[in-house]
Amino acid sequence: MTRFVLQRIGGALLVLLALSVLIHVLFYFAPGDPARLACGERCNPQQIAQVREQLGLNESAVAQYLHFLQGLVAGRDYSAGAGQALHCDAPCLGFSYQTDQQVTGLILTRLPATLSLALGALAIWLLVGVGTGLLSALRRGGITERLLTVLTLAGTGTPVFILGLLLLMAVCAYLQWLPFPTYVPLTEDPEQWAWNLLLPWLTLGLFESAKYARLTRSSTLEALAEDHIRTFRAYGVGERALVTRHAVRGAVAPVIALSAVDFGTMIGGAVLTESLFGIPGLGKTLIDAVRVVDLPVVVGVVLAIGAAVVVAGAIADLLYAAADRRVALA
Amino acid sequence: MTQALVEVAGLVVDFPVGGAGDHVRAVDGVSFTLRAGRALGIVGESGSGKSTVAAALLGLHRGTGARLAGTVRVGGTDVSAATPAELRRLRGGTAAMVFQDPLSSLDPYLAIGDQIAEVHRIHSGASRRAARARAVEVLDRVGIADAVRRSRARPHEFSGGMRQRALIAMALACEPRLLIADEPTTALDVTVQAQILDLLHGLREERGLGLLLVTHDVGVAAESVDELLVMRDGAAVERGPVASVLTAPAEPYTRELLAAVPRLDGPRRSRSGHPDPAPRTPGPDAPVVEAVGLRREFGRRGRRVAAVAGVSLAVRAGETLGIVGESGSGKSTLGRMLVGLLEPDSGQVRHGGVPATGITGGVQMVFQDPVSSLNPRRSVGESIADPLRAAGERDTAALRARVGELLERVGLEAGHYDRYPHEFSGGQRQRVGIARALAPRPRLIVCDEPVSALDVTTQAQVTALLAELQRESGIALVFIAHDLAVVRQVSDRVAVMRAGEIVEEGPVDEVYDRPAHPYTRQLLAAVPELDPALAAERRSSRQEAYATA
Amino acid sequence: MSIALERSAPAPGAVPPGAGAGRQVWRRVRRRPSALAAAAVLALLVLLALAAPLLSHLTGQDPGAYHDDLVDSARGGVPLGSFGGISADHWLGVEPGTGRDLFTRLLYGARISLLVALGAVAVQTAVGVGVGLAAALGGRFAGRLIGLATDVMIALPMLVIGIALTAVVPPDFPRPLLLILLIGLFDWGGTARMVRAQTLALRGLDFVDAARLSGNGTLRIACRELLPSLAAPVITIAAIKVPTAMVAEASLSFLGVGVKPPTPSWGQMLSSAQTWFRADPAYVLLPAGLLFVTVLAFTVLGDAVRTALDPREGSRLRVGTGKESKA
Repeated sequence: MTRFVLQRIGGALLVLLALSVLIHVLFYFAPGDPARLACGERCNPQQIAQVREQLGLNESAVAQYLHFLQGLVAGRDYSAGAGQALHCDAPCLGFSYQTDQQVTGLILTRLPATLSLALGALAIWLLVGVGTGLLSALRRGGITERLLTVLTLAGTGTPVFILGLLLLMAVCAYLQWLPFPTYVPLTEDPEQWAWNLLLPWLTLGLFESAKYARLTRSSTLEALAEDHIRTFRAYGVGERALVTRHAVRGAVAPVIALSAVDFGTMIGGAVLTESLFGIPGLGKTLIDAVRVVDLPVVVGVVLAIGAAVVVAGAIADLLYAAADRRVALA
Repeated sequence: MTQALVEVAGLVVDFPVGGAGDHVRAVDGVSFTLRAGRALGIVGESGSGKSTVAAALLGLHRGTGARLAGTVRVGGTDVSAATPAELRRLRGGTAAMVFQDPLSSLDPYLAIGDQIAEVHRIHSGASRRAARARAVEVLDRVGIADAVRRSRARPHEFSGGMRQRALIAMALACEPRLLIADEPTTALDVTVQAQILDLLHGLREERGLGLLLVTHDVGVAAESVDELLVMRDGAAVERGPVASVLTAPAEPYTRELLAAVPRLDGPRRSRSGHPDPAPRTPGPDAPVVEAVGLRREFGRRGRRVAAVAGVSLAVRAGETLGIVGESGSGKSTLGRMLVGLLEPDSGQVRHGGVPATGITGGVQMVFQDPVSSLNPRRSVGESIADPLRAAGERDTAALRARVGELLERVGLEAGHYDRYPHEFSGGQRQRVGIARALAPRPRLIVCDEPVSALDVTTQAQVTALLAELQRESGIALVFIAHDLAVVRQVSDRVAVMRAGEIVEEGPVDEVYDRPAHPYTRQLLAAVPELDPALAAERRSSRQEAYATA
Repeated sequence: MSIALERSAPAPGAVPPGAGAGRQVWRRVRRRPSALAAAAVLALLVLLALAAPLLSHLTGQDPGAYHDDLVDSARGGVPLGSFGGISADHWLGVEPGTGRDLFTRLLYGARISLLVALGAVAVQTAVGVGVGLAAALGGRFAGRLIGLATDVMIALPMLVIGIALTAVVPPDFPRPLLLILLIGLFDWGGTARMVRAQTLALRGLDFVDAARLSGNGTLRIACRELLPSLAAPVITIAAIKVPTAMVAEASLSFLGVGVKPPTPSWGQMLSSAQTWFRADPAYVLLPAGLLFVTVLAFTVLGDAVRTALDPREGSRLRVGTGKESKA
């Protein structure tokens, strides 16, 4: 087991490294000139050259990447013109072109909003999604299952921003049960935090629930088709116990694994929900940075999101192995 | 007159196929009774409906869309009219079932003791602690050593034989009056099979259990039951006391079935009709294939296991070398090295005296699984023509002619060229596989368990075909199998493998009649005997052997 | 000897191979009314999208033409008339603010949606199959390297990298092509993994060994023995990916980094509708409904294809309904 854990962590580190190389190649060595992009349309050649100097874009590709790695591990200095140096603390992801803020710091200030959204959504999909899936597996062949199948199918077919828009229209505009959400940090006012996040939670949670209901149902049915279920049925074990005691064990492993991955993706990937509800999280940061071509922020956020997904993937594998020890032994 | 434990009258089972309300009849009017303490064997080939009958006794078809007619009474309960609660009491409480594949039949996530305790609690209402104690008790009874500790293990930590014992323990836990065993030993090696059958026999005597044994292996049934029911195509063909059915079968099908069962003392197929039954004197030419000190390991560093640990052998033209061994003995790995599909870690394979590496022409293989050995998406003719094409033949007419010839040679029709594998039965597919192996005119064909997936009547036909082809063309054959009787039937010489090594090798008659190695003797003693009287004798001698061991 | 003894029993549920396979799948898909309805909806949509220029000509409406006279500038540009300004000229009303004809804009939007979704899935499938096959059939080192690349691909949420890359792509690069490439080149990880696993499983089957023994090379085995058997799982995953790709295009356009105005796209319309849903709900509901129905139709059809091609289709029989009341 220890060996498996170590292997998995090593693999995750390798993926992270490869990911950072790929992102560097894509963003800094792409045909477009990053200095020109950073400076904007009205820059003259001298200004561009100055930006290039500041960002260290004059160095060779390998040196740039190595400096980046150095910045991540030990921090680095940027020249701020006139022989002055601007120090960037480890883990350094550079400075924003727009605000001159450290990217790492920016990411950290935006993280709580994203986490608030993702945690609430996770709770909803585990409760509603997995519950619905189990219910329809238990009631298979009946009207309940058909109804749930249609509902979840419709759910998986709805893009998250349509669901969000419709909820906004219905709850805020027509029924006027809630005011239009504006993000309030948890530390400021927990009650307002929750009320304002209610709609985003529901949007994201219900959207993901449809997928999880389908997954739970199909993996439970798959588990029910296994031979050992037949054994226990042949020994007089009732249907409910078959599902809840024997089939679920096989069915939860994929649900746990996918939940971890989705949660990781959501830490940066709930772009649509954040953008729709104006939640100042990582996804919103990314979109805003893209609009003004703030490359260091874009690259930093993409890296952070990639890291979140990789770590979540590794956790998923470990959870999977813990649920089913045969995986680690194989 | 006590009421019969099982009464089945006019049982008919239909399964739905497709979506249009079509049905296929799996069981067609079967009737029998089984009294308490007696044992009935249901034998038949695949598709005969024997397992469906077993499942019907417990009402396992409920909710699957299958339609049942006729009456089934088990322990006084009318299975088709029982309420779900009555049915649950019947299952396990009155009649307990032992399944074929002991690995997949146990919950992989739970400790074995917990699984047995769970079933026991349902029927006895015992406390958790008492149920757990009961689980240990029955595990101990079925011969699991150190039952307290082993009851906490999960199924994958058990060997195949131990898992089957655990399943039998689960059956015992509820103190049923009837044991239904559906192919209980099919997934097991022959020595383990003998132990499990002996265990079932002992339990039956000890507790007065009724036993319904479903099996495709007439030998297994002969050892274990009082009465025999022969099924074919869903119908009962013949029924009677085991001794009379086996020694004086009344129905032609039973006779055919019995004639096809390979026996340790039966006629030798490879020499039948051969003028000279003595082994050929080896020619002066070099052996067709020769293996010298072959070794192959698998697994990662630290946990490497030698599948084949230093094997040397030689096969000459026109000769059949049988290789027998139980699962994990390394016989398939050896076969794959002989044809070049697998590179040995050390040692050498020589074809006609020349060292061979990788795949060379002139050596072909016939595989075990008739389903996976043919590409389902290519016509059988294309599969057979493949080696010819690879050898450079481009003329379509010539290819078709040669393939047609080969198809006819293996007992199919030349017109079958454009048919696809799913249109053929298992035996026919194996014939196609043989035709494909013959196509490039090889000097050696390695047959890896070529008949173990086939029904016994089909088995007999395929082994006869192989022998016939060999007589005609004088090719060398390596025949790998776990079934000692089949190997004896087809081989001139035989090599017995165990744990990657050949423990004994020699002419067939010598090895089978005067086995020198204790392992060979143990294997031979475990082969089921068709004569019930002889089987009983063998059993008592085996039990003496256990006692002394 | 007689072969009559052997009963030929074709495995029920197996899809027969060869030329008849496609027809067989269609026959199974057709048996499900929901799938049939989905196919009909999609056929109609494709037809309308193809005929968009013709229909635009027939109704006399250009999707880019402004109609200031049709919106109430006093109220910020809400369309005049009911239900978003439905009239004989403008069958589905007009866009608030600009007065552009909604019917033709939605039609042209359908062209973008379908083009990008199908194009992206084609790219995904081609890359995924190539990479998966190479990973399974290449040497150990190649396998590891490709495995790493696949892991990296999976670690990058396609939406995130798609958004990010639009920052550095030259502004004059054609947007629909960019979207096809983004969605296609950053979402093949799943396909590649599946193809690799399937190929490894297939490679262990005896018929591949038999082909090797016949003297066939790796490439010939890949093309003749493996690819045909991979068709079913690849078609399945491609069918499932179409709605995903469509939603991805709509999402990028919704976020303002997808199709650029004045080219109409459903996602982009929904994005601008965010500010109008109080004043002109029809403007939200029309593109939302269309997108929903299309994605749902693709999902239903993909599901039907998956079930039709699933070799374990019969396993439902063994699961039963769980109802053990009298048979």
